[in-house]
Amino acid sequence: MIELARRAVEGAVAAGAGDAEAYASEDAEREVRAHGGSVESLTAATRRGIGVRAWIGKRAGYAYGTDLSDGGIRELAARAAEAARIADEDEFAGPPEPPVRRSPEIGGESAAELRDPSVGEWSSRDVAALALRIEEAALAADRRVAAVEQAVYADSAERVAIVSSTGIEVEYERTSCYGYTQALAEGEGARETGLGFGLGRGPAALEPAEIGREAAARATQMIGAGKPPSRACPVVLDATVAASFVALIGRALGADAVQRGRSPFAGLAGEAVADEAFVVHDDGLDPAGPESSPVDGEGTPRRRLALIEGGALRAFLYDTYTARRAGTSSTGSASRGGYRSQPSVGASNLLVATGALDLDGLLAEAGDGVVVTDVAGLHSGVNSVTGAFSVGASGFAIRGGEAAEPLREFTIASDLVSMLKAVRAAGSVARWVPFGGSVRTPPLLIGEMTVAGS
Amino acid sequence: MTELIDPGVAERVLRRALAGGGEFAEVFCERGAGLTLAIDESRIESVQSGASAGAGVRVLSEGTTYFAHVDGLDPDDLVRAAGEAAAALRAESAEPRPLRAEAVEPQPIELRPAEVAAERKAELLRELDSRGRSAGPEVSELTASYAEVRREVAVTNSDGLLSGDDRTRVRIGVQAVARREGEVQTGSETLGGHRGFELFEDDPGAIAEAAAGKALTLLDAGPAPAGSMPVVIGGGFGGVLFHEMTGHGLEADHVQKGASVYAGRLGAQVAQPLLTAYDDGRMPNEWGSDSIDDEGTPTRQTMVIEDGRLVSFLHDRLTAARDGVAPTGNGRRESFRHLPVPRMTNTYIAPGDAEPEAMIAEVEKGFYAASFAGGQVDPATGDFVFGVSEGYLIEAGRVTRPCRGATLIGNCLEALLAIDAVGSDFEMKTGVCGKAGQKVPVGTGQGHVRVRAMTVGGTDV
Repeated sequence: MIELARRAVEGAVAAGAGDAEAYASEDAEREVRAHGGSVESLTAATRRGIGVRAWIGKRAGYAYGTDLSDGGIRELAARAAEAARIADEDEFAGPPEPPVRRSPEIGGESAAELRDPSVGEWSSRDVAALALRIEEAALAADRRVAAVEQAVYADSAERVAIVSSTGIEVEYERTSCYGYTQALAEGEGARETGLGFGLGRGPAALEPAEIGREAAARATQMIGAGKPPSRACPVVLDATVAASFVALIGRALGADAVQRGRSPFAGLAGEAVADEAFVVHDDGLDPAGPESSPVDGEGTPRRRLALIEGGALRAFLYDTYTARRAGTSSTGSASRGGYRSQPSVGASNLLVATGALDLDGLLAEAGDGVVVTDVAGLHSGVNSVTGAFSVGASGFAIRGGEAAEPLREFTIASDLVSMLKAVRAAGSVARWVPFGGSVRTPPLLIGEMTVAGS
Repeated sequence: MTELIDPGVAERVLRRALAGGGEFAEVFCERGAGLTLAIDESRIESVQSGASAGAGVRVLSEGTTYFAHVDGLDPDDLVRAAGEAAAALRAESAEPRPLRAEAVEPQPIELRPAEVAAERKAELLRELDSRGRSAGPEVSELTASYAEVRREVAVTNSDGLLSGDDRTRVRIGVQAVARREGEVQTGSETLGGHRGFELFEDDPGAIAEAAAGKALTLLDAGPAPAGSMPVVIGGGFGGVLFHEMTGHGLEADHVQKGASVYAGRLGAQVAQPLLTAYDDGRMPNEWGSDSIDDEGTPTRQTMVIEDGRLVSFLHDRLTAARDGVAPTGNGRRESFRHLPVPRMTNTYIAPGDAEPEAMIAEVEKGFYAASFAGGQVDPATGDFVFGVSEGYLIEAGRVTRPCRGATLIGNCLEALLAIDAVGSDFEMKTGVCGKAGQKVPVGTGQGHVRVRAMTVGGTDV
């Protein structure tokens, strides 16, 4: 891969670019979907491609392609230079510089921790059996589970190489996998759905029985749900819901949104933005983190960074461009969706600190309110500039400090900063959640939020 | 189009795919090229040129789909993909039928975007920028984007099909931000089609003014109401309501798994008789249109609700065969890297006979959702949620002050039955729909529609 990336950089320079960077990746993926006790589909795929950034003076352009023949790479490199000619000048545009320090090693040991050999060792028959076990577990967990919409297992093994004309040359490999299922439960004349999921570096790390059990529990718990009355009250966000909000917060802490005045955190550096009970770090080196890698999407070493701590906003996330614009250095936060997308500022893994109370303790602390176990419409219900949100929710009531009847069809509304300031406690048990970002968080108790129901 | 794959090669690949047995094999080839650029802070940036080619091969055997995809369209790539797809199959080989090439008329494109100078595209964005910013001094930021893509596809299968399509789409979008003291509001608008650059001949700058106008209007917004009340939905992108709350539940894969509230309701009265709705992949040059779907089935107009009665689901080949009906041309996929699944194309509520003004005049106290930011539905339970991007109070039959941050929430079976007026106006809008990890372009449309009662989730309790 690194040789292909070198050739792409040379091609862009030959086509007139002053500087260039190539991101080459190759991955092998597979996916199994099971339904009704049999395998519905089995997918195997390989993909290879290169994305090239070219700079001509202060203009930047990008091109990607999948034709990795000599001619194909030359053509794609020339398209990158051509794209740069269309862009306007931007005084902060330019290639990343090579790191002054060596890439850190993941988890203090070797980068081999990003690879799990079980991805290669488990045959398609083995992983199909795993998907079927997830479905079985969901069906067996509760007789009210009528069916499973789908049980899915997927994994990938990828190799990434980044090369730039400024001297960056880095390559790494990583494996990952996930399993999930959506259970359908029936009762009281209605149908309810529940999601169970797990993720890891390889299939050996997944617990199919636990994934199925979670889906069944989430679906059956909703049977007989009604609407809560509209009011302002304490709200507990379970870990999956908290993670969705934390992912939004991570996006809003990207320097790009901040510099362009499109973040609720713009102008709040060093200010009080949260209760002290809410602490979040970005950590691109956590060995268990799905988004961990030795370097970010433009070859800058990853690191651990406190974002919100002690109630105050400690840092924004920077890539090379936004760091130059702010007169600081990159935090290793260039994220990349693969060779088809240019790097942009983004969190790696967001880690929320745990507190002292388990879920029962949080409910007792809340006294009277609601637990939200699922939200819908986050992509349409949040104003990314102001952080104001109103999203659909379901969950259950808290009465006298204990879990009570299930609730559905209500909304919760607040804004991100007000919500963080209203955090009263973080739970003691955190989990990894991959929804809209990579987040490890416990449940959070919010002192007050608007709940709109009947 | 079918020059993407030579008939001789197609036959060889299909034979390889069926070498270990199977009832059906298919090869989907695609060559795509696109350009996107954006303007932000009045500067052209994020210029991106993409090109990809590849193929996906699937084999159906005893209820299981085996699928493999590769980058590249060399005959060797295709044979390799076929080999991978069939890797787990051990039965006696099956024989594909002789191929016959279908003649397909692609959607007419007058001005191929790739042949338009890049500078004209940059100029278009500069015009959007200046038009939007000149809407008012309170417009503080504006971003606009331009995207063009051409996808040539070929589909061949062991039933003897060899077909193809040549698809060109263009789309522009504007997001404006307006500020007044501490208040910040955004407004956005898009324009797109299965069309060439000619789409932008007729005043594209109007969408920038519209986006900025929405943001400016919302500066006067108060909190949204909370609770159940009559809701009037705007035309055009208001159709995303029907798309989400009903359209997804009509996709036959959900139905057949019992994961749709519409399962078992074919022929049932699911709406008032005043409502008729269609999915139509043939609407000329519409954003969600194609000449064939991604399994080679010609697209068509499918009536899904006739006078309130549910009359059809939306099928791909697989679900149609299971139900013993003809495929409806809804087998779509994001790219050669994805398996086709039943998807909507352009979905709309047909115009009714109510005047929009009269529909509002009949509401004493309610909510007017002029446009949505998007929505989401769980087809199995029918629960849905919509973010309102532009909403107003209705008081004493009149649209009064704008509201910020409203959400509509409900259950689709109840909400569809509660539609008590359909407007005579009509408009189509563009959207990008996600399902099973795949995004496809879809059109949504309707005139104004009134729902007798719906939960509005605001902060004004």
